Amino acid sequence: MTSAEISDQTAGPAEEAGAGARPQAGARKARRQTPIVPPDNVAGRAMVLVIAIMTFLSCLTLGAVTLVRDTAAAWQTQIAREATIQIKPAEGLDIEAALADAQRIAASYAGVQNATIVDREATARLLEPWLGPGLDIDELPVPRLVIVTIDPEQRPDFAAMRAELAEAVPSAIVDDHRTWVDRLVAMARTTVTIGVGVLALMLSATALTVIFATRGAMAGNGHVIEVLHFVGAEAHFIAREFRRHFLLAGTRGAAAGGAAAMIVFVLFSWWSSRNVATPEGDQAAALFGNFSIGMSGYLGVALVVLVIAALTAATSHITVITYLRRMET
Amino acid sequence: MIRFENVGLRYGMGPEVLRDVSFHLPERSFQFLSGPSGTGKTTLLRLLFLSLKPTRGLITIFGKDRSRITAEELPHIRRRIGVVFQDFRLLDHLTTYENVALPLRVRGREEASYRSDVTELLKWVGLGDRMHVLPPVLSGGEKQRAAIARALIEQPQILLADEPTGNVDPQLARRLLRLLIELNRLGTAVVIATHDVGLMEQVDARRMILSAGRLEIYD
Repeated sequence: MTSAEISDQTAGPAEEAGAGARPQAGARKARRQTPIVPPDNVAGRAMVLVIAIMTFLSCLTLGAVTLVRDTAAAWQTQIAREATIQIKPAEGLDIEAALADAQRIAASYAGVQNATIVDREATARLLEPWLGPGLDIDELPVPRLVIVTIDPEQRPDFAAMRAELAEAVPSAIVDDHRTWVDRLVAMARTTVTIGVGVLALMLSATALTVIFATRGAMAGNGHVIEVLHFVGAEAHFIAREFRRHFLLAGTRGAAAGGAAAMIVFVLFSWWSSRNVATPEGDQAAALFGNFSIGMSGYLGVALVVLVIAALTAATSHITVITYLRRMET
Repeated sequence: MIRFENVGLRYGMGPEVLRDVSFHLPERSFQFLSGPSGTGKTTLLRLLFLSLKPTRGLITIFGKDRSRITAEELPHIRRRIGVVFQDFRLLDHLTTYENVALPLRVRGREEASYRSDVTELLKWVGLGDRMHVLPPVLSGGEKQRAAIARALIEQPQILLADEPTGNVDPQLARRLLRLLIELNRLGTAVVIATHDVGLMEQVDARRMILSAGRLEIYD
């Protein structure tokens, strides 16, 4: 039995109702099919907004952690790149000769890139904040310094250097900044660990919020799932329709949040590059580097956006399957 | 076609809603399912539509034991059973045409392959000029006819209608009944759940009367 047969064999209801046939107009309109999942209602729009806000906050946290990690690494490297040899003045010591000896000895070690004597003028400038201008360095027993620039990848043998200097220049003290570096490493590690902890909490909160917002938006679609189920739709068809809808909605929200976060980072980066060599800029640069989160930061933001969109789709999929399973039992 | 043998059903740990229900629905048959409210008419329809499993007894549908039908087989069997719900269950964001075409669309059929069938069926039920209207704009009778058309679009072997005349005036109720009789003449078995005695008196058909969970049949 086809509907054509039904139509041929029945006299009436259509005629009774005065059905006005407009087949061409009908065919034209029917080609543009409405999506099976209804367009977003209030809960759906709220879900997109919540996803956008949470993605924005997650991406900001991720960017901040990236910034702290990079800056902490830069601090360590900068301090680990230098060591100093301090030579205290002593009775009968030719300090200039001692400085030259220390410079020669230090430069002879593998891993030392450069050894520079801090000359009298530079030493006076270093002391100027405490002792005022016009200081005659010869009037005071001021220790003198040799700055040793080292290769952080291949650090010189400081123990041997100390032993050799102790023989040649007994009043020389080698400071490889080990104590400072160790403290900085500990501080940087703590900072990054706290940052990663905050990021983990932020991502967990985002995931839970996205799950609840998606479930809230799905709650209004129970009747659609039921109707599709009763007209003979298979579970994977229903799940696919909802997954597709919520993947698009989730991507829309997450992309908006991610893009907003990227704009914030670009603006900060632009601000810091404009303020190079100004007191505020130098202070900010000393603390946070150049405010750039780098390629890894931007890739992280993109990854957060993708994960949140996928999470939205997965939540809708699981909700549909659970709903159908409950209906069957 | 569908056979119930000593079927019983209870919800959770509650009392039995249906008790020792036994009957056979032959092909091309026409029957009313009646009884006072709360006696299990909708529950029996849900059993017929495979949306519930009996707690005891044997149900055979199209030669298959209900208890052995897997979740994967259910959609295929459901396509052979048309259902008209009391509350219509039309999707408000789809047009009348799209609602009626929904069972074909969910099977992955191309719209061009069923367009003329859906259009003809809509004309047959008197909705030829309401095809591209959304359900909230339709009257109760029009919604009912759209729901009937959706149930018929896959040419089911049996049509289950839950109170199909519950929301319409007596004149429209008679027209809907004529439509279902016409459908039965063309080969579809029909079960109409109703407590409208006036409606049942218009047709000389088998009556299945539910009372306190038990079924009596008057041929």
